[in-house]
Amino acid sequence: MTANGWFQIGLFLLVIFALTKPLGTYMARVFNGEKTFLDGLMRPVERTLYRLVGIDERLEMRWTEYAISMLLFSAVSMILLYLIERFQTHLPWNPQHWPNLAPDLAFNTAASFTTNTNWQAYSGETTMSYFTQMAGLAYHNFMSAATGIALAIAVIRGIARREKATIGNFWVDLTRANLWVLLPSCVLIALFFVSQGMIQNLKPYVTTQLLDPQTAQVTGADGKTTQQKITTQVIPQGPVASQEAIKMFGTNGGGFFNANSAHPYENPNPLTNFIQIILIFAIPAGLTYTLGRMTGSQKHGWAVWSAMAALFLAGVICAYTAESRGNPLLHGTDQKVSATQPGGNMEGKEIRFGIANSALFATVTTDASCGAINGQHDSFTPLGGMVPMINMMLGEVVFGGVGAGLYGVLVMVILAVFIAGLMVGRTPEYLGKKIEAYDVKMAMLSVLIFSLIILVFTAIGVVTTYGKAAITNPGPHGLSQILYAYTSGAANNGSAFNGGNWNSPWYNVTMSFDMLLGRFFMVIPVLAIAGNLARKKIVPESAGTFPVTTPLFSALLISVVLIVSALTFFPALSLGPILEHLLMNAGKVF
Amino acid sequence: MKRNLLISIWMTLATTALLGIIYPLVVTGLAQVFYPHRANGDLIEYRGQPVGSRLIGQPFTAPWYFHPRPSAAGPAGYDPTQSQGSNLAPSNKALLDRVSASVQTLQAENPNAPIPIDLVTESASGLDPDISPASAEFQIPRVAKERKMTETDLRAVVQRHTQQRQFGILGEPRVNVLELNLDLDEIHAVH
Repeated sequence: MTANGWFQIGLFLLVIFALTKPLGTYMARVFNGEKTFLDGLMRPVERTLYRLVGIDERLEMRWTEYAISMLLFSAVSMILLYLIERFQTHLPWNPQHWPNLAPDLAFNTAASFTTNTNWQAYSGETTMSYFTQMAGLAYHNFMSAATGIALAIAVIRGIARREKATIGNFWVDLTRANLWVLLPSCVLIALFFVSQGMIQNLKPYVTTQLLDPQTAQVTGADGKTTQQKITTQVIPQGPVASQEAIKMFGTNGGGFFNANSAHPYENPNPLTNFIQIILIFAIPAGLTYTLGRMTGSQKHGWAVWSAMAALFLAGVICAYTAESRGNPLLHGTDQKVSATQPGGNMEGKEIRFGIANSALFATVTTDASCGAINGQHDSFTPLGGMVPMINMMLGEVVFGGVGAGLYGVLVMVILAVFIAGLMVGRTPEYLGKKIEAYDVKMAMLSVLIFSLIILVFTAIGVVTTYGKAAITNPGPHGLSQILYAYTSGAANNGSAFNGGNWNSPWYNVTMSFDMLLGRFFMVIPVLAIAGNLARKKIVPESAGTFPVTTPLFSALLISVVLIVSALTFFPALSLGPILEHLLMNAGKVF
Repeated sequence: MKRNLLISIWMTLATTALLGIIYPLVVTGLAQVFYPHRANGDLIEYRGQPVGSRLIGQPFTAPWYFHPRPSAAGPAGYDPTQSQGSNLAPSNKALLDRVSASVQTLQAENPNAPIPIDLVTESASGLDPDISPASAEFQIPRVAKERKMTETDLRAVVQRHTQQRQFGILGEPRVNVLELNLDLDEIHAVH
């Protein structure tokens, strides 16, 4: 650990803090239909789109219609992505002539990108045509992010409105999230990324001569090993920057290349790395301010923000400490940090990012449901790798995915005020709304569905042959690999302990359901709460009301988040990373 | 329901055109106009031949070159069509065996210096273009001997290729191996 490392982490949080208010205010204006500086540019595009598609923008929806529209749109766009993948040989911009995808992989990838997960059982540079990357994958990066924002806004409206039956118009929210928030930012971000060395073209791969030709042992398809002379390097190309911008800003995380944001073309230098992690947290942090503004309780927004920031700091401190300590089993190496080397556990990490930026990236990408990586989590130390896992198990509520983080944390807020209500023996209230049996039931349902899918799938995975076939690291780490995978899917994160052999029909299919259930089954109870809250009267605050604007509330919220996931997942974690940590320090190797 | 289904279909098509096709093409156009070299991969030409990209690492094993970190990308390492890390767990015997083999080779080569950890660990992408300044320093005796240069002269070249933290704050100090080796071939050829 170095002072500079901590300084970079502190600087990061400071930038997020500074972005929260302007971004949150802007989003509140956009979704309230107030004037913004982009109206002149975007209003004509919006109007044309509505006319083309047949949307009546004055129409308001009940929560059920909002949910159905969202589900229909997700289904239709998911089918289109599936078809693009299955027929990419017939579509343009496929200079490397990559074949059509197998049905199970195509289904898995379609589910993955529609749910904002971006789990990748393929390597981009040897699987996807440029058309599939742009019109299939990057498109869903926009849409799944915009859907998340729309849902969060609908839930905020449910809290803010009184005695109303409706919570907004899904089509309008979806469109405005894209045209006012995501698209204009991404054009600028993408161009900045190109200026830093990220590539952006539609050319075939480039072949270059090696300075120092190599001879290597190559194992052929028949299992025979032959000596092969390697004199050239084939360097992939593609429209990377345009995808990278939305991949980070929409907390999607699906890499253009297999190595994701560790790839030098996808993350060329420390500055692009810093911007990428800021982009992950920008919208989720801003939405806490939007929540405060739209519900008229700005202090509540900040109380939620503070709880999230505290959980983020706890995670990054653990991860940075664990990774800096290095691997006690690697004898004869110098792992001490100095002015000329990053030291620590450098397996699976890039020099330009070192330990601090890799630990920070891993924490941020799993706090938010981004799932991009700039280091291989599989090679993290057991405790360093447990931080991403716990972050996802908290339900992606530490800032969380765009939109998803906010509606996820609101479930926790409802549980927190409910528990506070139980303690003082009064009907709990949240921002003037009585929280009743129906709301708490729906909140619990959402919490239970999440843990149920993760634990059931993992349990099946670790006892069946086809489940265990994915394991590539023996010992307790093998359990961690499977647990990480299903947690990542259900939490719609998409990062992985990447060593696993995930591209098998078993994992492609079970992971698809893991992701789809984790997204849509969680959303429906949340929208039900929103619809129910919107209908309620405001009850005046009294001496017995538990205030949701104080540090005490933030502390209670943190406790609820931690207790819920600790009770659920601690047994599994103790058999995976915790056991591996203890055995590794005792010198045990697998 | 039926109305919303129709909207879904048209919405998907219209937005795919806007966000999936027009947006990336506009960005490609602007990128090719404003930053053509970078947008096309920062390729390096040497004596009229493309010899690699400034951003992508290359395999080097000849003793007169500086060596990059070990790589999990492809059989000889540094195959950009197979970007990946080893993904070996810290408790995996395969990792310990690989590292201790590298440690033995490096100790034989330079017994006097501690072995920097990055020189025996594989990067996340398998394409890491950089090594730490400590790893460059570790290799100076070997390269100097092979190229018949003094260590002081060689150290000066390495220092010229050492990039400090960006703005003095971000990232870590590093040395770009391909650029360093190209420069050495230019100023002090072996053959």
